[in-house]
Amino acid sequence: MRQAVNAPARGFTLGRLGWSLISLLALIALWEIAALIAQSRYLPGPVAVVEVMIREARAGELWGNIAATLTRVAFSFVVAMFIGSAIGMTLGRYPKADRFFDAWLIFFLNLPALVIIVLCYIWFGLTEVAAITAVAVNKIPNVAVTMREGARSLSKDLNEMAHVYRFGWWKTLRHVTLPQLAPFFAAAARSGLALVWKIVLVVEAFGRSDGVGHQLNIAFQLFDVPMILSYALAFIIVVQIIEMAILQPLIARANKWRR
Amino acid sequence: MASLSRPLTVQIDEKVFPAVGERPANPVLKDIKFEVEPGSFVIITGPSGGGKSTMLNIIAGLDKDFQGAVDFGGSDDVRLAFVFQSPRLLPWRTVYENIALALPPNDPRQANVPELLKRVGLTEAANAYPEMISLGMQRRVALARAFVLEPDLLLMDEPFVSLDDPTAQGLRELLVELWSRRPTTVLFVTHDRAESVMLGTRILRLSAGPATIVEDIPVRLSVADRTDREKVRSEQRHIFGEA
Repeated sequence: MRQAVNAPARGFTLGRLGWSLISLLALIALWEIAALIAQSRYLPGPVAVVEVMIREARAGELWGNIAATLTRVAFSFVVAMFIGSAIGMTLGRYPKADRFFDAWLIFFLNLPALVIIVLCYIWFGLTEVAAITAVAVNKIPNVAVTMREGARSLSKDLNEMAHVYRFGWWKTLRHVTLPQLAPFFAAAARSGLALVWKIVLVVEAFGRSDGVGHQLNIAFQLFDVPMILSYALAFIIVVQIIEMAILQPLIARANKWRR
Repeated sequence: MASLSRPLTVQIDEKVFPAVGERPANPVLKDIKFEVEPGSFVIITGPSGGGKSTMLNIIAGLDKDFQGAVDFGGSDDVRLAFVFQSPRLLPWRTVYENIALALPPNDPRQANVPELLKRVGLTEAANAYPEMISLGMQRRVALARAFVLEPDLLLMDEPFVSLDDPTAQGLRELLVELWSRRPTTVLFVTHDRAESVMLGTRILRLSAGPATIVEDIPVRLSVADRTDREKVRSEQRHIFGEA
């Protein structure tokens, strides 16, 4: 009855944390060695990159750009999750609608992200709405497919139980339906966030005048590798913090009933 | 209080599962008509796949696609509880919540939940999640959820299957106790002859499909007799003519 869509990381032991730390240190060491050997301004070492990062952070541009990007991520993520879930749940519940729209879903799933971005900018202009729409449209089909699976696997047994015990629609939604969809929602949210981060940067590089993507584009034109790496590093850190501080505790809470 | 004060009448002229793909249409129930006196404990027994569960689903209003009518003594507001073949608990809600959810949030009977938990021996497990407790305990939760409603009509579909004998016997004794404390009308599906004699005040035996009632046997045991294995065995011999 239960579907292990998303086997979540439950315990967070010191052992695992230790291993992650060692592995990260090894990566940094490797990077330092490579930089020492290359001796090129196109491959700065970790220290140089962190210095640039601190300088950018002090100047205030780094945070402003990350905040702009995060805002776009938040908006397009929420829009995509909302619309994608609504579509997925409808298709999962109504097989006839599913039979009709399945081909559309496959079409949008296979539409390259770049095509959507370019078309959105051409059709709606170089605006914030176009940027967020482009990101959301990229993500909606994935969310819809995952949530469709969730809606298809809803337990008929539990629905009958809710009916006999006169749960009514609200109680049924809250205690019967949504908990069954939660793992699917979590899976969609996690893979969704990973995708949205990346596409937002492309959208910014193409048609926005702030944000991490925009900065990376400028740095690219100047071949400013320390700038590129410092932005990438800062961005990775922020994303990891959000993943660990918000997503993982949420998923752990939703899964505490599992054996 | 009980709104089932007059007999329940079940009339199923015909119930056919329509053909699906290769499978032909399957008539499961035919010409079934019986009345149930309020407060009686009616056992429904018969061959497997014979439509007994379908009959309970029809009475519960879960299956509306049939010819006939179910009349709750003229009342359209009977409180109905169903103990299913699998416990059908919400795995993401605790034992306590699973029981409490059978009632509206502000219902005065919410106050009875702890007492009922105690009577089914689950006080310690109140905050456990269903997947963390044994099947026997899950079945006790399902029983408590049904009884907390103080139902007028209790439908039970082989609620004690896939348990070892002592556990199943313990649950039957618990059911006798709960039922004698708060008598209600019960329709109970089972294959087990000893179980049907121990629990029922009346046994309806169905034929093979399409099922119809072939025997209507009264059971003459008092509540006290029902936990006496010897008396149950002797009544079983009397009814079924074997040990």
